[in-house]
Amino acid sequence: MPDDTSALQLVLSGDPTLFAIVRLSLFMSLSAVLFATLIGVPFGALLALTRFPGRETAIVVANALMGLPPVVVGLAIYLLLSRSGPLGFLGLLFTVQAMIIAQAVLVTPIIAALARQTIEDLWAEYRDEMAAMNIGPLQRVVTLIWDARFSLVTSLLAGFGRAAAEVGAIIIVGGNIDGFTRTMTTAIALETSKGDLPLAIGLGMILIAIVIVINALAWVARRVGERYAG
Amino acid sequence: MRTPALDLPVRLLEVRVRTGAVAILDGITMMLEAGAPTVLVGPNGAGKTTLLRVAMGLIRPTSGLITWGGREICPPTRRAIMFQRPAMLRRSAAGNIRYALAAAGVPRAKRDARIAQLIADVGLKGLEHRPARRLSGGEQQRLALARALARDPDLLFLDEPTASLDPAATNAIEDIVRNVTARGVKVVMSTHDLGQANRLAGEIVLLHRGRLIESGPAAEFFASPRTEQTRKFIAGELLV
Ligand SMILES: Nc1ncnc2c1ncn2[C@@H]1O[C@H](COP(=O)(O)OP(=O)(O)OP(=O)(O)O)[C@@H](O)[C@H]1O
Ligand SMILES: [Mg+2]
Repeated sequence: MPDDTSALQLVLSGDPTLFAIVRLSLFMSLSAVLFATLIGVPFGALLALTRFPGRETAIVVANALMGLPPVVVGLAIYLLLSRSGPLGFLGLLFTVQAMIIAQAVLVTPIIAALARQTIEDLWAEYRDEMAAMNIGPLQRVVTLIWDARFSLVTSLLAGFGRAAAEVGAIIIVGGNIDGFTRTMTTAIALETSKGDLPLAIGLGMILIAIVIVINALAWVARRVGERYAG
Repeated sequence: MRTPALDLPVRLLEVRVRTGAVAILDGITMMLEAGAPTVLVGPNGAGKTTLLRVAMGLIRPTSGLITWGGREICPPTRRAIMFQRPAMLRRSAAGNIRYALAAAGVPRAKRDARIAQLIADVGLKGLEHRPARRLSGGEQQRLALARALARDPDLLFLDEPTASLDPAATNAIEDIVRNVTARGVKVVMSTHDLGQANRLAGEIVLLHRGRLIESGPAAEFFASPRTEQTRKFIAGELLV
């Protein structure tokens, strides 16, 4: 019978193993969101602001990819990075980089699809005024991203939420190696199956706290946006 | 007085705008020349807004020709428009004007003074730091005018500039129209207020169902309308 006090003690005493796992998880998910943002926001803007053949299809696909099953992404990246795979020579399988790649693949469609919607809606509003002010294409993109920043932050946080809670993809490509690629979610999966519940529960509490903080930040971003931008 | 406006005169020759089978503008031929304001009147759906957008260069005619100062292609650097339903940027009132000033290439150092001046001109003092989207309808309309004036245009299009304004604000905007006209700016505006049309117009243009019914000096237009349609419109009867 596990007792919650030992889980709480692990958290409160700042158990080094536990915090190494937390630190790695945050590093991995934040890196993934960073890359996903660098790819997803410009791609979303492109989908929102340009007209090209196949655009509608690209939008539908981007929306569908938001629901990619993590284990399938994990499997695909595993095949790419495995020793005999096309990118096997990079030697990335079972590394943190591999996990970041997998999570970036999962999060990019979320950020791209949400950014596209946000930027397209704003453009519908701004379009005439921008044409009347003779705003060039580059300035247009910059203005739209800037004026949509509070909504865009919300989509980044949604992406981070997905990355932080995800286990299926990273356990396949990271291998859940102790002290190396073990994250909060993979550790919870493993420790639970081993019966070491205090560590699993401690990590679970931290994960939930992180999710709550993310949602609080999303709420703050929205309020600040309303306050300053109306 | 400023240097002669390069965009003038604006000539429209047999301009047609269609969506599908419907002609929104149907063979409009007219000229906008320097001088007193040209005022577009006509029932709802007559095509006033569409004509202003064509003259601004935002809509290309389906057929026909439009030239600004003799040029067929002429980016709207010296023109500005205040839309019937202006969109506010997600910034403060002052931020909206600042954006327009930047877009018009006004040097950074001169922007603050211009903003203060424009805010005062349109009577928005004290509201400069409010989010523009939270302003009242009338306040937004005034801000849109300030934003248009920020471009320091030679040619200023105003689409029903006083439609949701109180009487004092309406007077203030009519004064602005007179002032900019005196400075050499050509104003082209639409209105449903025939008294206003009479007060401001050099030339009045009556549109109905995308056609130009009658145009001429304001005094003649009201005193001796040449068409039955114009007489009915002035009398407030339904046009067919
Ligand atoms: N993009 C569009 N697609 C289809 N129809 C349009 C479009 N724009 C305008 N119309 C139609 O063209 C007609 C003229 O519209 P416009 O806005 O120019 O009229 P208006 O004279 O400005 O009317 P109001 O006094 O109500 O502002 C209307 O019947 C309108 O429904
Ligand atoms: Mg109109």
